Formats: sequence, structure tokens, C-alpha cells
Amino acid sequence: MSHLIALPVLLPLAAGALLLVVPPDQPGLKRTIGFFSCAALAGVALALFGVAAAGHYVVYPLGNWPAPFGIVLVLDRLAAGMLLLTAVIALAAYLYALRGWDERGPHFGALFQFQLMGVNGAFLTGDIFNLFVFFEVLLIASYGLLLHGGGGERVRAGLHFVVLNLAGSALFLIGLGLLYSVTGSLNLADLQLRYAAVSAGDRALAEVASLLLLVVFCLKAAAFPLTFWLPTAYGAAGAPVAAFFAIMTKVGVYAILRVHLSTFGGAEPASDAWAELLLPAALVTIALGTLGALAARSLRGLVSYLTVVSVGTLLVTVALATSGSIAAGLYYLVHSTFVTAALFLLVELIGEQRAERYDALEPGPAVTQPTLLGVLFLIAAMAVAGLPPFSGFLAKANVLLAVAPAPAAVWIWAVILGGSALGIIALARAGSRLFWKAAPRPVAALPAGAPFLRAFAVAILLAPVVGLAAFAEFAWTQAVATADQITHPARYRDAVLGADYAGDAVRPYRFSVPGRAER
Amino acid sequence: MALLLASAIGILVASGVYLLLRPRTFSVVVGLALLSYAVNLFLFAMGRAVFLQPPLISASAAGYADPLPQALVLTAIVINLGMTALLLALAVRGRVATGTDHVDGVAGQPGPEREKPAS
Repeated sequence: MSHLIALPVLLPLAAGALLLVVPPDQPGLKRTIGFFSCAALAGVALALFGVAAAGHYVVYPLGNWPAPFGIVLVLDRLAAGMLLLTAVIALAAYLYALRGWDERGPHFGALFQFQLMGVNGAFLTGDIFNLFVFFEVLLIASYGLLLHGGGGERVRAGLHFVVLNLAGSALFLIGLGLLYSVTGSLNLADLQLRYAAVSAGDRALAEVASLLLLVVFCLKAAAFPLTFWLPTAYGAAGAPVAAFFAIMTKVGVYAILRVHLSTFGGAEPASDAWAELLLPAALVTIALGTLGALAARSLRGLVSYLTVVSVGTLLVTVALATSGSIAAGLYYLVHSTFVTAALFLLVELIGEQRAERYDALEPGPAVTQPTLLGVLFLIAAMAVAGLPPFSGFLAKANVLLAVAPAPAAVWIWAVILGGSALGIIALARAGSRLFWKAAPRPVAALPAGAPFLRAFAVAILLAPVVGLAAFAEFAWTQAVATADQITHPARYRDAVLGADYAGDAVRPYRFSVPGRAER
Repeated sequence: MALLLASAIGILVASGVYLLLRPRTFSVVVGLALLSYAVNLFLFAMGRAVFLQPPLISASAAGYADPLPQALVLTAIVINLGMTALLLALAVRGRVATGTDHVDGVAGQPGPEREKPAS
């Protein structure tokens, strides 16, 4: 059991390395390895979720150096929930990719596993520099995945994505350097104490570090004004890659929860400059995403902008930072990740059956399987728009209820409800153009229907949308318990450092360095 | 010395940001490389500018240099090396795929005269 927590990092690493050495003339072997890694990971994530759901924290010191000196992996409810979410999305995206996508380049499987490793590591790590390293791992793999399949459009979008994220990494490192210089620690649990205890003279530097990190995480999450890369990058990525990328924006949101809320949140006097900045940015993100969705000329563009809307809604709940709003946000996070991933896969299923029109939102040839695709699209569209009876309705209703006590509640309600109404219009228009305004075609000219595995992958992603509504009480209880852990970071600290850890424990070189005495 | 270090970081960041905003992929790559040098120096400086002191425990040491930022810089250098290589490969791919080295992949943007394709 004690080593199980390292498996979400080690398993994809081993599988990815193995996939690199499998000769390219054995695609069957590659698929088997990749599939079993994804399936095993789902099992491990489920087991870890069970452990965390009992309320335990599991701390795993890598290299057996005790915290705060060594790097630790920490499993709590938030990490376990995100791991499970990632594992299910990855499994569905990989199953989808098995029907054709993985053959378009030699290393799809390996890159997929490495990205999985980076995402899982980012969720598990208890060290902020290690968080940076895992961010880089997932980014390097995502560059490769984004370019998978080639083509001028993809290379252009990929270049923007890479340059933007490299600039983001530079900011991340500057933020980390500043943070280390004023606190002398990089361990998240230790930072809770040290960030709160930063002297008045260094307070400004600490806040600059906090805001720099916020910029980086908002870039990953695609919050306004750092949102514009997302529609281009997701629009250029292949369907299974875009579906898997649905988790990537959530990594940014997760990092804000973990670092800003849990780690910096306990500082006295409370430094909530980041929350004041985040709320308007989140509202503008929703508005921008809604306008983009209305203006989108392809289904892919529409789904990309709906992803932006979901990020904005999530960040609203994060910015309010009450345990109620975070619980609502977590429920919304799970729902929106599944539904956007499913929509990205549906885009390709629909597009491939409309020949040269692909996913353009204009009248074109009818799809081969109007019933199957129509029903899947209807479920996904109703869920993402927030119509009952699917999870989207509960998720949005929870968010609206949770923000009600906030001073800016009127604005938040107006933006979220207005965004939902316009989103419904955009989706209804898209659906009617794709499925109803279709020119009938002779049966002989119809393209082949979607392979079973691809439709099955979409069904896997849509099942939780129904499940989250059917078993809403279980999901909501989990979300509330997770939010409770996030808003009580002292428990995390006690689990990592021990309850008797003194905040002023001297790091080895701190006391004897000349010029440090004044600190 | 502090002034030298600070101005070196400042000049590197300024040049890096300027080049990053240029329209040609080559300048962007060089800009990001300069930016990463600046970040490495910055991380190093965050351990304080301590000179001629051992980073690890020594019986005769009067003081110590903080070894952690040095380890961080090492990690950052490795990551940056890989990233720069990837970016260069991507820039070359983009030049081949779109026929221009403009970052937007659109030919005919204002900028230095491009080389003519060999006929």
C-alpha cells in the first residue's frame, strides 16, 4: 500500500519508456502496452481514491529524506479525485485514439504516457519546485501530442503554444526564486508556515511571488487575459489529444487551489490580492468565452470557447474561496472536464461523416448515423449548457447558490446566467445546422459509420455526466469533504511535517551565512 | 557586485523580451534563450551572492553558500536545453511547412527580406 502512491508517476514512466523501444512494426504490442498502462492506472487511481475518501493523508517521501528537506508526494482528497478524473479521461481518449489516431506518428503512445505522468505528478507532489518540473514534463509531452499528425496549421499553432508556455515557465521560475529567497523553503507544507511568517519588509516580495505564480497558473488555465492560446491550440490538436487536453486547463486551476488557497491562504494579514484580481478576470473569461462560442464558425471552435467558459466559472468559485464555493467548483470541475472531453471527441465523429464540410457550422451533407451522434450530441450539449436533468444543471445551480452570499453575487449571477443563455443559443444553432439543415444523400455515398470503439469512448466520457446527476449525493459529499480539506490546510501540514513541527526549524545553512543575520 | 549581477539580469530580460516580441522565429528562439539565462542568474542570486564559501558541510568553513538554488538552476538549465532544442526543431518544421519563418506562418508580413527559394 505504502508504495501505491508513487505508481501514478512510475507506471506511465515505465510504459512510456517501454513504448519508445518497441519497434514501429509492432503497433499491436504498442497498443496493448498503452492500453494496459491506462487501465492499470485507472485501477490504481480508484484504489487511491478509496484511501483518500477515508479522510487519510498519505505522505510518501521520495528518496526517504524527511520533509521539508526531501521531496514528498502527498495524497489527499483533492489529489486523489484529480488522479481518478485524469485516469478516466486518459483511458477514454486512448481507446478513441486506438482507431487510427495513434498510427499517424511513431511516438503517440509514448508521448501520451509521458503527459499522463506529468499530470499525475503535478497532482501528487508536495513540493513547489517539483510542481514546476512536472508542469514541464506534461508540457513537453503536450507539445509533441499537439503536433501529432503534422500539417502547417498544427505546426503554427504548436509554435505559439510552445513559445507562450516557455515564457510562462520563465515567470514560474522567477516566482519560485523570489518565494525561496523570502521563505527559504519550497515544500508546500513548510511554505504555509513560512509564507505566513514572512517579515513585514519582505511581505511585498512574497506577494509579488504569489502574483507571478498566479499569472503562470492562469496561463495554464487559460483565464483572461491569457486565454487566447486555447482556441488555436485546441482547434489544431487531434480529437483524442484535445479531449485529453481538457484536463490540462484543470491543472492550472488545481495549482491555484493548492498553492494560493491552501498554502498562501493562511497568511496573516490575509493576502487576498490574488483573489481580488482573479474574480474580475474570471468573469471576463466567461463573457469572452460566451462571445467566442456565439461567433464560432466550426463545432471545434465552439467547444474550445465553451472550455474557456468552464474555466471562467471554475475560477469564480476559486476566487471566492469559501468552502461552499470550492465544493461547488469541484463538482463543476469534474462535470465540465468530462463533458468538454466528450465534445472534442464528438466533433471528429460528426465531422468525419460530413465529408468536406467537416465540422463547419453550415448546412452540409447529412451524417451517416444521425440517431447515435444526435443523441450523444444532445446529451453533451444539454450537460454543457446546464439544462436538467444532467450534471451541468446541478453543477451550475450549486455554483449559483454558493456564490449568493458574496458581495459581487449580482454580477456573478448575471454573467453566469447570461453566459448560459447565450451558450444554449450557440449550441442549439450548432445542433440544428449540423443535424437538421442537412442535404439528404444517396445511401451509396454515405461514409462509413463511426467505429464502435470511438463511440464507446464518447459513451465512457458521457456516463459520468449522467452518473454525477444520478448519484449527486455521493459526488456532492465528496466535493464538500474535499473543499473542507482545502480550506483547512493545517491538517495537510500536520500530515506532512508532523504535528509537533516548529515553524522556525532552522534549515541547514541558514544560520551561518554571512549577511543573513539581519533576516 | 550586486549591481553587476542585477544589471546583467535586467539587460538579459530586456533583450529577451524584445526579441521574444519580434516576428521571426529565429529572434524568438534567441529571445527565449536569453530569458532563460536571465532566469538562471536570478535563481542563483536568490540564494544570495555569497563568494568563496563551500556549499556543503566543511569543518573549516566560516560560512556556507546556499546549495539549493544551485540545484534548482541545474534543473532549469537541463529543462531549458531540451526546450530550446525542441523549439528550434519546431521553427525549422514551421519554415518547411508554411514556407515562411514568420511566427504566424503568414508570408508577406513586414520584416527582413526572406531568402528566395532556390530555383
